[in-house]
Amino acid sequence: MAIWRSGVFGGLLAGAIWSTLWYTLVCVALIVGSGSSINLEIAPALITGMVIGLLNVINKPNNVKIYFIVGILFTLFLLIVCSFGQPFGSQFPITHWHTIISTFIVSALIFSSIFLTVGSLSTGLQTRYFAEAFYTRLIWGLGLIFLILIVTIPFYVMIMTSFKNQRSLLKNPLDLSIDFSAGPGKLLNSYIELFVKYDFLTLLLNSAFVSIVTVVITLLFSIPGAYAVAKLRFPAREWLSSSVLLIYLIPAIILVIPLYSVFSQLGLRNTLFGLCIVYPATTIPVALYMLRGYFAGLPSELDDAGLMDGLTRWQIIVKISIPLAIPAIASVALYVFMIAWNEFLFAFMFLDDIKIFTLSRGIVSLDSTEVPRQHLMAASVVATVPVLLIFLWFEKFLVSGLTSGSVKG
Amino acid sequence: MEAGKPKNLEGILARREKKLAFLLLSPTFLLVVGIVLFPLFANFWISFKPISLADLRPPTILVKERIKGKLEQPGENIRIEYRYRNSSMKYVLADVVFDDELPKSIEVLDISQNCSVEELSDAKIFRCVLGNIAPKGRGKITLNVLSDVPLKKENFSLTELQTDFKTTNVLTSFDFTVANYLKVFSASEFTEVLKITIYYTFFGTAGALILGLFAAQIMQKAFPGRSFVRGILLFPYVAPVIAVAFSWVILFDPFSGPVNAMLIELGISEKSINFFGKRITSFSIFGLEINFPVALSMVILFEIWRYFPLSFLFILARMQSIPSDLYEAAEMDGATPFQQFWFLSIPHIIGILAVLFLLRFIWTFNKFDDIFLLTGGNAGTRTLTVNVYEQAFAISNLGAGAAVAVIIFMFLLIFSIVFIKFTPRDEG
Repeated sequence: MAIWRSGVFGGLLAGAIWSTLWYTLVCVALIVGSGSSINLEIAPALITGMVIGLLNVINKPNNVKIYFIVGILFTLFLLIVCSFGQPFGSQFPITHWHTIISTFIVSALIFSSIFLTVGSLSTGLQTRYFAEAFYTRLIWGLGLIFLILIVTIPFYVMIMTSFKNQRSLLKNPLDLSIDFSAGPGKLLNSYIELFVKYDFLTLLLNSAFVSIVTVVITLLFSIPGAYAVAKLRFPAREWLSSSVLLIYLIPAIILVIPLYSVFSQLGLRNTLFGLCIVYPATTIPVALYMLRGYFAGLPSELDDAGLMDGLTRWQIIVKISIPLAIPAIASVALYVFMIAWNEFLFAFMFLDDIKIFTLSRGIVSLDSTEVPRQHLMAASVVATVPVLLIFLWFEKFLVSGLTSGSVKG
Repeated sequence: MEAGKPKNLEGILARREKKLAFLLLSPTFLLVVGIVLFPLFANFWISFKPISLADLRPPTILVKERIKGKLEQPGENIRIEYRYRNSSMKYVLADVVFDDELPKSIEVLDISQNCSVEELSDAKIFRCVLGNIAPKGRGKITLNVLSDVPLKKENFSLTELQTDFKTTNVLTSFDFTVANYLKVFSASEFTEVLKITIYYTFFGTAGALILGLFAAQIMQKAFPGRSFVRGILLFPYVAPVIAVAFSWVILFDPFSGPVNAMLIELGISEKSINFFGKRITSFSIFGLEINFPVALSMVILFEIWRYFPLSFLFILARMQSIPSDLYEAAEMDGATPFQQFWFLSIPHIIGILAVLFLLRFIWTFNKFDDIFLLTGGNAGTRTLTVNVYEQAFAISNLGAGAAVAVIIFMFLLIFSIVFIKFTPRDEG
């Protein structure tokens, strides 16, 4: 018998999974938010979830709105009854507002997830199509939550740790709440120290300087190059455009020993100027490859028309091709900025002088036993925020930049 | 006559176009040759040289000047002492000469035989020809002078000491050795390093690809807030590696990390686990002894976490370009969701999956930052790239580091050939 196609089984399964998941997550959130401990008792939530799952399979609503409200309240009631009035253990009495809100949230999440997952499932044996559609919905929901959680948790921990002090971190590593009563001076203590004691403003400016110079040089070199490869006829053109791809498969770690040796002897090693030479060399091939694709897509009749009207090739590039390629140039610029801002290896190898550290280099130097780790996390936040802000602001450009050029990591 | 003209004109235009193309490409070409291709060649060169990190500071002569005597009193005997030393432990300095500028007013009393004094209009130039100085060699030159006007110390240090010498630059000299390769290959951990590299590369690539495929499947369905969630999913890739690596380290810290505390709190683990520091944990399932590499798996998980967004973006872009009427037709024919995925989506994205796998494989193989920041290559996570750093900069043997880099390059060459051979032309 195909039990997996039975509607009742589906309802019970969805109920069991969603109730366990949401109950555990809300428990974890309570532990993290309040700093107190909880004995994880899943049974009451599990029973509640399975009952709700079964009810959703049997009962199909006429009025979804009312059904939702009634359903959530019923889930709430069931959860409280099954747990004998203590949905989150004796640590959290039901009269406490923490508990009330958490219980309500967990009920709402359990009910709506089950309701959406069960969907059209009915009591009898389902056809293969509807059974699979049900499992797809279940996996979809679980997968979405899983992805969001794994991506956001490290960032969440990073931000929360940066607001803590040494004592509270050691006392309870699980307490990831923000204590607003401490006042902004205490909360932002790590940031203040970074900028006062470790001179992070200079580091920020150094990073910005190197990144912007890298972007400018990359564009100045790669735009004419990409135009030539895309539009002009010359021998070895095909060969050139495919060898560009191969060049960016060469990793920095192979280049670092020779560059370190030569730059040491030339006196270029411990300088920002040295970085401003090396970074463009690693980004230009990518940029050229990305822009070449875009220029090749522009109709060459435009260039011909320009030539007929007496423009030189150089004027065509400046007056016709570049204005048309602004979106592509923007995405290349953002992508190159991101690479330069995040670059670690060369900055780490080249820079010794604290005055010219970039952010990456500065953060590594903070990674020692003498520097408290909330400083390290605050520094990470300082390095991450600009690049994430730029990313969110220009997401559309950057995503197209990422897809057109960056199989590179 | 008339017929020949256009052809000729075309030739001129074509030549001009060619010239312009080379002109436009030349800056890029020069920079890439200088910073990428030249180092690639230099790496081979260095890998055959007995060169350590300390050898990079070129050998030089160090001269110290000391002045004794009562400078303020005219007519007193002043004694100038120059102590010199060859800074190198290995290399001879040849044809060493040094110059010093002395105040005009002094009179030189005695002078050693290889030195001389030259009169200029406003100063005296004291010059010594020291000849060859052996490695670690040192010596002293003294000079007695008399002055008829009061002097100060500053009068003697108006200009820097000038030195001139010839020496061997280790980088450009012609002594070669294969000792670096012998050392790298005979090292007991070399096969271990190779094994770890392949393990890390394969599972890191495959994991990121599978998670990316999964994420693309999920994000293909329209729901409120989809573009926002898509932005969030790209965070691990966009954020600086240093920031995310350290937040992982702190997240999994054995003493005060939230994950360990949570595992103990929920009763899953009895004592805290040193995720990034423990090489192997053994446990038995059904009497089968299993050695699970903890740190290596964590590093692979980080790799998957950080790079799945890229695969996700590519796969999603490819899936959204599949015409939706194909799915509608499949729906009409009664294809179930899994059948639609297996028989419709997969054949469409298999090409991009193959390309992504190869490219990501190469890049994961090349990855250095992530492992270096997470574990420093300890606890069984030393890959070839980390070994380059270890040899060249931790043990200070640049030659051996370069030899490992050459091995990496050889692997890359093989991968690239495979890549070019198997990439469908339309997928690039």
